Amino acid sequence: MLARLPAGALKNVAALRSASFNGARNIPRVRFASTSSSSSSSSAFEFLTGSRAALATATVLSVGSVAWYANLYGTLPFIGEVHANSPAEEGLHPPHYPWSHSGWLDTFDHASIRRGYQVYREVCAACHSLDRIAWRNLVGVSHTVDEVKAMAEEVEYEDGPNDQGEMFMRPGKLSDYMPAPYPNEEAARASNGGALPPDLSLIVKARHGGADYIFSLLTGYRDPPAGFEIRDGMNYNPYFPGNAISMARVLFDGLVEYEDGTPATTSQMAKDVVTFLNWAAEPEHDERKKNGLKAVILFTTLWAISIYVKRFKWSVIKSRKIVYTPPADKP
Amino acid sequence: MSLANTVYNAIVKRNSVFVPTIFVGAFAFSIGFDVGITKFWDTWNKGKQWKDIRDKYVEQA
Repeated sequence: MLARLPAGALKNVAALRSASFNGARNIPRVRFASTSSSSSSSSAFEFLTGSRAALATATVLSVGSVAWYANLYGTLPFIGEVHANSPAEEGLHPPHYPWSHSGWLDTFDHASIRRGYQVYREVCAACHSLDRIAWRNLVGVSHTVDEVKAMAEEVEYEDGPNDQGEMFMRPGKLSDYMPAPYPNEEAARASNGGALPPDLSLIVKARHGGADYIFSLLTGYRDPPAGFEIRDGMNYNPYFPGNAISMARVLFDGLVEYEDGTPATTSQMAKDVVTFLNWAAEPEHDERKKNGLKAVILFTTLWAISIYVKRFKWSVIKSRKIVYTPPADKP
Repeated sequence: MSLANTVYNAIVKRNSVFVPTIFVGAFAFSIGFDVGITKFWDTWNKGKQWKDIRDKYVEQA
């Protein structure tokens, strides 16, 4: 960094310092070791201020490192900033909602997963794929095996080749993955004004705020505030970074009819579909927490036993007394 | 002390008894621990798991 400076840069700085410190020129800058002041810090300070080259180097180094840090990270620590845009424009932070599965020992509410699957199928699946979930994954989670088989058979999948070498269509099986609404990304973008509806398999893990964020996004649509310009085909949502989202509000009261009679309000549907998507992102969730409970209990017990055994074994060593008996003088 | 002696004489003294005791004890403990945890788990999460709502959807064959 210093090597890239023009040769005269340091000389100029030194000349500037000498010009402004002209009155202080009489102070002797050279001190010998035997005459150095008693305080080492003041002598170090005087060493820095005494040599113009050292002063210039230190200044360039500190200014350069601060500039380098600011360039790397954008902001400086411990220094307040004023922004012209509000936090809302980077997406509001969602509040924390009391999910039925948010506790350390809480499983998913599987009735909610079942309702959420219904919302996904009837509403979200029109645009969003769910690539990583197969029909078989629903068995024993939200549906019985007969129900899932019936649902899978309603979808046609391409299979093959047969013995003529041709591909053919067949009804879905349990091992098939959820059908995608569009054959490829380009088709998805073309149908949605250039915006790609993201795959929802891992969306809860893939967004800051997770389930809280997606719930807030789904229920957070409102009119833009005065003065907020929004392009055609975009929608205002304070929770979305940038506040302009291509997806319009889709959940309205009474949009689906739940088979268990739960009133299908907007927030109920959002809660159910987010629970379903959270399950899709973490299908191992229930078993993981159960195994975690077992592991904590067992490892805590083993840890306590190991502490006891260590103290037991060391008690002899810790409590021993070493006595030195000097050899008696031989006559 | 007498309890320790009894345990020692009954179990630890012969290796042919000691090793099977450890194996059987580990087996019994793992099953008992698992049953206990599962019981607590199902009480804590009552009504939320699939096995709690399964009856509503399974067709009577």
